[in-house]
Amino acid sequence: MENYIIQNGSLENLFDALVAGGKTMIAPRLKNGKILFGKVESFSEISQDFIQTAQSAKEAFFPRTEKLFGYTCSKNKIVLEDVDPEMFPEVILWGIRPCDAKSLVPLKKIFNWDTGDQIFNRRVEKTTVISFSCQQSDEFCFCTSAGGGPGSTEGSDILFTVMGTDGYMAEVLSEKGKQILDLNSGLFSKAESHTNKDQFLAAIPVRFSREEVSKKLASYFDSGIWENQSLRCMGCGACAFVCPSCACFDIQDESHGNRGTRLRCWDSCGFSLFTQHTSGHNPREKQSQRWRQRLLHKFAYMPERLSVYGCTGCGRCSRACPVDMNILQHLISIQEVDHA
Amino acid sequence: MLEKNIYLPYLMRIEKIIQEAPGVRTFRLKFINEEDENEFHYRTGQFGEYSVMGAGESTFCIASSPTRKGFIECTFRQSGRVTAALAGCEEGSIIGFRGPYGNVFPIESWHDRNILFIAGGIALPPMRSVIWNVLDLRGRYKNITILYGARTVADLVYKDELMEWGRRDDVRLITTVDPGGDTPDWKGEVGFVPAILEKIAPPGENSIAVVCGPPIMIRLTFPVLEKLGFAEDHIYTTLENRMKCGFGKCGRCNIGSTYVCKDGPVFTYGQLKQMPDEF
Repeated sequence: MENYIIQNGSLENLFDALVAGGKTMIAPRLKNGKILFGKVESFSEISQDFIQTAQSAKEAFFPRTEKLFGYTCSKNKIVLEDVDPEMFPEVILWGIRPCDAKSLVPLKKIFNWDTGDQIFNRRVEKTTVISFSCQQSDEFCFCTSAGGGPGSTEGSDILFTVMGTDGYMAEVLSEKGKQILDLNSGLFSKAESHTNKDQFLAAIPVRFSREEVSKKLASYFDSGIWENQSLRCMGCGACAFVCPSCACFDIQDESHGNRGTRLRCWDSCGFSLFTQHTSGHNPREKQSQRWRQRLLHKFAYMPERLSVYGCTGCGRCSRACPVDMNILQHLISIQEVDHA
Repeated sequence: MLEKNIYLPYLMRIEKIIQEAPGVRTFRLKFINEEDENEFHYRTGQFGEYSVMGAGESTFCIASSPTRKGFIECTFRQSGRVTAALAGCEEGSIIGFRGPYGNVFPIESWHDRNILFIAGGIALPPMRSVIWNVLDLRGRYKNITILYGARTVADLVYKDELMEWGRRDDVRLITTVDPGGDTPDWKGEVGFVPAILEKIAPPGENSIAVVCGPPIMIRLTFPVLEKLGFAEDHIYTTLENRMKCGFGKCGRCNIGSTYVCKDGPVFTYGQLKQMPDEF
């Protein structure tokens, strides 16, 4: 699709027009000392100067706790109340990073593996992704090793790249993006054909080849590497909770009197109870087995079964880890050292 | 819009409860909504998610045969939160059921072969569906042998059906209990399943074996079957791992890259040998 330019001062006008159009705006803003996604009503609330939000944007499609259906029980009668996807809000995710937008690709594959997950799919349909490419990065970022980059367009409806004082380059990437463009055409002008965003992107070196890592992992199931890498892992699950591509969930009921809700909640393969049988037997009883599952799921099983990797290189798991386990270092070590 | 809420269960009324063994019950479930019943089809080996509103969902195989229409049955042992809530249900109570999920026993490919069923303890229920399915199509199969063991006489489930199978002259039934688990009037074998299997030594040639039981029983039974000449791709088992969704999304039932919910629960011994040791 075509590229456009929007002047620096016009970005706020676009934002205001989208809010006036009745959509819910979810954008990064400062809350309790952290940059987190949340509902914003004015442009000035949005944080601009940050490398990465503490939490990913996946909550827009896959909330951490979400209703699957409601129930009311009376004597010998149960009435189920389906969720009404029409009630899901029309959301614009504004200001998300390309690595978060790209995580929509694995999430879509997981939630549509043979069986389409209506609840997830309707949320995705009702969400428009307006992402902003990265001008800065930190030592935890590795998007370029994860098949993406600071200006990656995958998963975005519109990608903005700031070009200094010359305004933003707008790449309109989908029908949803085009609708926004058409409704606000006065704010955009066509970009000259030679406009190139690359010089305005953060420089993020490629640190490993995920294809090579994936190939090696196939023979590493019984390697001692998992024990070594996870010695200090406490199984807190923070890595999964901040991950934009982690989709494992639990299903739980919450009742109040005779009414209640069946809920889907985020879960983590790092938790010891994740796979524990009722009998007490646990196929992954050691933390090292759970760490192995985390890496193999993302870098071996998903490529094998879903033709997609379960990591976009956002680096949040390493930033959030309370014991400083660094996934990038571990992946580099898998590529460079023979652990078989 | 064709896509449906895949988490919404069918509502089923418990038509009948059978007390099988201490803590073990069978429910016969009927669809409340006739349309649900008409659209519901399953094949032997498949499983479902059974739920009590407020307690949550639990995964078991469908224990009835698809040759028996109009209901499904499940058998469970009370052991966790959901099974405790299920155990609290009475005839007439309503529960939720999602399914059928997973693959099936390929019984069409077993025609004109001998079939040996080997089950231990509470693992007879996942096999009961395929046993009845094969018995209801009895003419298509050669010799049928059922070897069933439990820790004690009291722990044997489906006692009425064991008697029925024992009376039939087209089924060979061998029951056994662990040493010390017998009673004075016990007429079956005493000994562990793999040892009894060695003793009765059914021929492996042109034969299918279906094995289901506790991990230790399975591990010790497979080598005996191989010794008897059963081909590894003619030995079947059904696996149970912790699951939440039943369709490959919740992320916990995998063994390596194999998902028990989607690729199983039915696997051959040959397939198990290829999987990493994550059981």
